[in-house]
Amino acid sequence: MSSTLIRAERPLFEGCDWEFGTIQRCYDAIEKVALGEMGLDIYTNQIEVIGTEQMLDAYSSIGMPLFYKHWSFGKHFSRNEAMYRAGMQGLAYEIVINSNPCISYIMEENTAMMQTLVMAHAAFGHNHFFKNNYLFQQWTDANGILDYLEFAKDYIMQCEERYGEAQVERLLDAAHALMSHAVHKYPRKRTADLRSEEKRERERREHDEKVFNDLWRTVPGKESTRQDPTAAEKRKALLELPQENILYFMEKTAPRLAPWQREVLRIVRIIAQYFYPQSQTKVMNEGCATYTHYTIMNSLHEKGLLTDGAMVEFLSSHTNVVFQPEFDDRRYSGLNPYALGFAMMQDIERICKAPTAEDQQWFPHIAGCNDHMNVLRDVWANYRDESFILQYLSPKLVRHFGLFHVMDDASEPNLRVEAIHDERGYRKIKQALAKHYDVSWTSADIQVVDVNLAGDRRLILHHRALNRVLLEEKDTRMVLQHLADLWGYDVLMKEIDPSTESVLKEHAASPRPGIVQIEPAS
Amino acid sequence: MHIVDRRLNPSGKNLANRQRFMRRAKSQIRKAVHESAGSRSIKDADEGGEVVLPAQGVHEPSFRRSSSGGIRDHLLPGNKEYIAGDTIQRPPSGGGGSGSEGSPDGEGEDDFRFALSRDEFVDLFLEDLELPDLAKRRVVNAEAMVYHRAGYSVSGSPANLALNRTVRNSLSRRIALRRPKPEEIQALKDELEALAPEDEGKRIALQEELARKQRRTGVIPYIDPLDVRYRRFESHPKPVAQAVMFCLMDVSGSMTEHMKDLAKRFYVLLYIFLKRRYKNVEVVFIRHTHQASEVDEETFFNSPETGGTVVSTALEEMQRVIEERYSPDNWNIYAAQASDGDNTASDNDKTAALLTKVLLPCCQYYAYLEVGRDSEHFPPGFIRRDSDLWQTYSTIIRNGAPMAMRKVGHRRDIYPVFRELFAKKTGAEAAAE
Repeated sequence: MSSTLIRAERPLFEGCDWEFGTIQRCYDAIEKVALGEMGLDIYTNQIEVIGTEQMLDAYSSIGMPLFYKHWSFGKHFSRNEAMYRAGMQGLAYEIVINSNPCISYIMEENTAMMQTLVMAHAAFGHNHFFKNNYLFQQWTDANGILDYLEFAKDYIMQCEERYGEAQVERLLDAAHALMSHAVHKYPRKRTADLRSEEKRERERREHDEKVFNDLWRTVPGKESTRQDPTAAEKRKALLELPQENILYFMEKTAPRLAPWQREVLRIVRIIAQYFYPQSQTKVMNEGCATYTHYTIMNSLHEKGLLTDGAMVEFLSSHTNVVFQPEFDDRRYSGLNPYALGFAMMQDIERICKAPTAEDQQWFPHIAGCNDHMNVLRDVWANYRDESFILQYLSPKLVRHFGLFHVMDDASEPNLRVEAIHDERGYRKIKQALAKHYDVSWTSADIQVVDVNLAGDRRLILHHRALNRVLLEEKDTRMVLQHLADLWGYDVLMKEIDPSTESVLKEHAASPRPGIVQIEPAS
Repeated sequence: MHIVDRRLNPSGKNLANRQRFMRRAKSQIRKAVHESAGSRSIKDADEGGEVVLPAQGVHEPSFRRSSSGGIRDHLLPGNKEYIAGDTIQRPPSGGGGSGSEGSPDGEGEDDFRFALSRDEFVDLFLEDLELPDLAKRRVVNAEAMVYHRAGYSVSGSPANLALNRTVRNSLSRRIALRRPKPEEIQALKDELEALAPEDEGKRIALQEELARKQRRTGVIPYIDPLDVRYRRFESHPKPVAQAVMFCLMDVSGSMTEHMKDLAKRFYVLLYIFLKRRYKNVEVVFIRHTHQASEVDEETFFNSPETGGTVVSTALEEMQRVIEERYSPDNWNIYAAQASDGDNTASDNDKTAALLTKVLLPCCQYYAYLEVGRDSEHFPPGFIRRDSDLWQTYSTIIRNGAPMAMRKVGHRRDIYPVFRELFAKKTGAEAAAE
């Protein structure tokens, strides 16, 4: 490749100063590599240069350029500001928003090299991932999100004017508390419209006619064992129970909420849903962006567009980002998604280009295919963290990180090492690690299971306590209180051991007046 | 691709959120502010600064799994010696070697610390307080002039030219005097050129018309000096209220460090408070034993003195300073005296006389703070004799002078006492006075 390379006359920039011309030049050079050599597919980019305070602003509204008002954002802002001022926390170099056009914020303090790096990382790496990954395609609407936020902001402001800030604040407090359980994890079944209903009916009839045989009528059959559904079953079916999206259930079913309150719950729920894919693709998203910037920066350097000095600066910053401390290191705080993601992407490239016998055995479908970009693009489009790790974590990486699996059973005195990086352990470790990135495994499984709307209207929730890990007592009580306030009647949560179906613990809450009018107990 | 420079966008997008947060955590923030105020020196007492809140009050709950109990597994990098089947001693709670997961939302349950701006700090600090007798605000030197817009004038400096108004005048004058528009003249010229050479009569008429219009254009100017208007400003003297605060303290041997500390805290509060109300606040420190002198803050609080206690010397010194530098006509005078209550018996009458005759009439407010020892806790039922000064001052207050006094024995009492002294009067109380 380097034989055909034409070295540039001059590097893109020298020294660390930049101006808007520099950014444009760098962007064009990056674009050539990203679209031409890597074949990325991106939303139109919009690069916004911001200062420190704006970065702090963006932090507190989850990176969004506009958001409704709530005290909790002020809290995050105040804390970040204080930490930043005291020098205890640096700020991110960039923030990128999954929207169309894709907005990347870059900090004015960054050096020219850093601006190049963050553009390659955010405006191309993340951007490609947002546009192509199936989760983002399925769950987010990049074209509409900014308009929706605009609507949400105005709507909530109007509510505050009409019903008072205190009212809206109480409602948002409750909604935010339930935000972690306000997503649909699976696409909902669409109710069929008349046309598809008719089509299905027609097809069924045709099928019946085709396979019709009068003989079947004469075969003696069993008495029908199906019984009519009980009243409780009917009730549950009608309310779509069990339901794991608690806010959705509140919005649709809570008996005493006003229409505007339902709309506010819906806003919070929709925003939670918008961020849902991000939590499932941390490793992949960062891996994709890091791999992209690494490839682009190296390519620019090869072409002579980056000075050696800038390259050294880049490498130092890059190694910091993908650094993985070991478990007994003071700096260890979990697996670094940048490190794991980047290592896996590079590993896929290696397997495609120079597979070992082991790789041939583990990844026969890609080993030695020599078209790593194609494989990577396919991976970025069709996997999430859990499935990605399950599929692509190679034995070589398990050895590289020295991963080992430890079981911690509270009822036993010692921890037990289940698997290490050896022949017997690879698969176990792969499966266990994948499970750590599975949202249905990491977040508590809480469902609304029953409510008798005709009776006492007590809402019953179940927490299926995976591995007998219970909920945090104090927090749960507070959230349940919020839930009861929304619901307007008593709420009961049972924590259930899924292996034995026995109840481990119960929490209950009664509504306080405030969000909805409470009827005096009769 | 677009590059947008957002650096100049209005900042403070989060101001509203921050205010909401402050309102929500108000009681806690107030408490934190009062605690932090004690540790500052007088002059920088009203700077903003970091306050620390307990995390619980502004906690945002969510359904979380607890961090203990049950069966959990960890995947850790950096294996060195373990093989499958090994057992590891459970590390002491908190994780440590194994699975220090941290709290799931990434936020520890540490105290919540954040910085308050100066205004926020002082606002909270002085909520519901007011200064007694603010009436005597005087206009001082002419530096404090403010300019207000006051219509238009026909003369002024070019910088103040009111362009809109000038052009408007010019336009109405041109319409009124029927100054020909440039387009009309141009139209005439065009018509003249297009005219067939044989149409001699019309040509002459047109030429005359053109000449007339051109002359008229010359005579009636586009902008006449008559049209020109300037923005007019009027200066108003701005009342600058200024205040001087006298800190009087007994520094004789009987005053312990603890007492001085109490006094200092009280002065700090008073300084912040005055600073809030008056643009210009000066502080005079007068210390006394059996003789008094004006000193700087450092000496005032820190250098020890020995001697007897003659309170009237301090009052005389204060009187001297007032006469020299702070004429009661121009200054709002506040005084705060701190003492352990001792005074030479023979001096009491002189002190009372000085106060009632000379000082109180020119003071806005006079606060006397009697500081006691922390250890001076008397069993209930034990009646403690009031100190000399206390008795003397009691008689003065009974006569309705603008004066107040309180006893303070512990740091924690300072702020309540201060609030008590300056609390906003309710309607009924205010009416009664």
